[in-house]
Amino acid sequence: MTSEVYTLTVNGNDYQVVDGHSSESLLWVLRERLELSGSKNACEEGECGSCTVLLDGEIVCSCLVLAASAVGREITTIEGLGSEDEISDVQKAFVDAGAVQCGFCTPGLLVAIDQLLNSNPDPDDLTVREAISGNLCRCTGYGRILEAVRIASNNRTAQNEEEKSK
Amino acid sequence: MGVIIAKSVNEACAVLAENPATTVLAGGTDLMVQANRGTQSLESVLDLSRIPELKKWALEGSEIVFGAGISYTDLADPQIAALVPALTQAARTVGSPQIRNAGTLGGNLATASPAGDTIPVLVAMDAVLQLKSSTENREVAIADFITGVKTNALQAGEIIQSITMPVFQGPQEFLKVGTRNAMVISVVSLALVTDYSGRKLRVGVGSVSPVPFRATEAEEFISKEFDWETNSSLSEKVINKFSELVADATKPIDDHRGTAEYRKHAVGVLAKRALERVCAGERL
Repeated sequence: MTSEVYTLTVNGNDYQVVDGHSSESLLWVLRERLELSGSKNACEEGECGSCTVLLDGEIVCSCLVLAASAVGREITTIEGLGSEDEISDVQKAFVDAGAVQCGFCTPGLLVAIDQLLNSNPDPDDLTVREAISGNLCRCTGYGRILEAVRIASNNRTAQNEEEKSK
Repeated sequence: MGVIIAKSVNEACAVLAENPATTVLAGGTDLMVQANRGTQSLESVLDLSRIPELKKWALEGSEIVFGAGISYTDLADPQIAALVPALTQAARTVGSPQIRNAGTLGGNLATASPAGDTIPVLVAMDAVLQLKSSTENREVAIADFITGVKTNALQAGEIIQSITMPVFQGPQEFLKVGTRNAMVISVVSLALVTDYSGRKLRVGVGSVSPVPFRATEAEEFISKEFDWETNSSLSEKVINKFSELVADATKPIDDHRGTAEYRKHAVGVLAKRALERVCAGERL
């Protein structure tokens, strides 16, 4: 097992990974070495989306990213959404819509939906469904998840219009 | 040696020449599943995912050339969809947005799964792979590249640099059967490509044999029956015969995703459906 030191940039902060070995996934390193346990581990084969993070702005399954190959990339996890004092608008929409049941799929969905709304603030239903097709909710609470996306999207659109009219 | 992130094809080939046992990593969507299960040890890894020249594509005369590192997401580019629609359709059926952002065309080929989604399309189009090592460049036809279930013709020290295929004029269709729309490994897949100038319909099938292949007998039959002036609807008899010929050419197996009997039936249904859609397609 090769052990080496490398640096990952997560949510704008540099983290040194010490004693990692070369087969470790980004998800494993985030959770077990960097104590960023917001990204969840369920299937470890890219099927469920609960480990979704942004890699240079694109959603990927962190369980399928070789941690040491993510050096120099900008990694954004669920911990990077919102701030210490305030949850993000998508997180708030999830609360308002009651879109969280067991909560295991929630971090991955939040990352995927935040990225969707950043690139397309007013997506139609089909676009939303496709955007979250890689995030499984085994409580099957999709109705309220879609409702939460609608709320967040409406809020962002309203906010954008307000800013324009200023 | 840990993980080496190559910045150019030449650098990657030099690393492989020195260390031929190095594991090559593209999108990671297959390799990391093995690593997570503990069935693949990653002592030394060469990462190809940050080589800009591998992500490009270009139209070169009547051919389209894709860098092996192009992602499934990038294959959905409307410009690519206009030139090789079946390839875009296939790329769009892969996994989920997360998987499509990471997975690559070259990775799909190197993995060489019987169920690789882009492979029936590339097979139908007679795509050619450009392989490169530190000492040699060579070209291998797709039919010779995939040698069996998850085996390929890559030699020690070689990587897939690019994939070239002709741009055919005429409608194309890629269809796939799975248990649901997203995140599905295909149970059966089929690509139908029309070539107006060559007056040929090309059919590639996947997940119904150890290696995706062209159903040549079905191709010959339907290319004679097809109305090349108007591509108007064909008789039910002709469509059924085509469907039968495609199904007869396959050698599926029973596995946890489906039975051989089901696969034979389903590939016939896909053949029929693809043909009907191609007939209904606009003449471009």
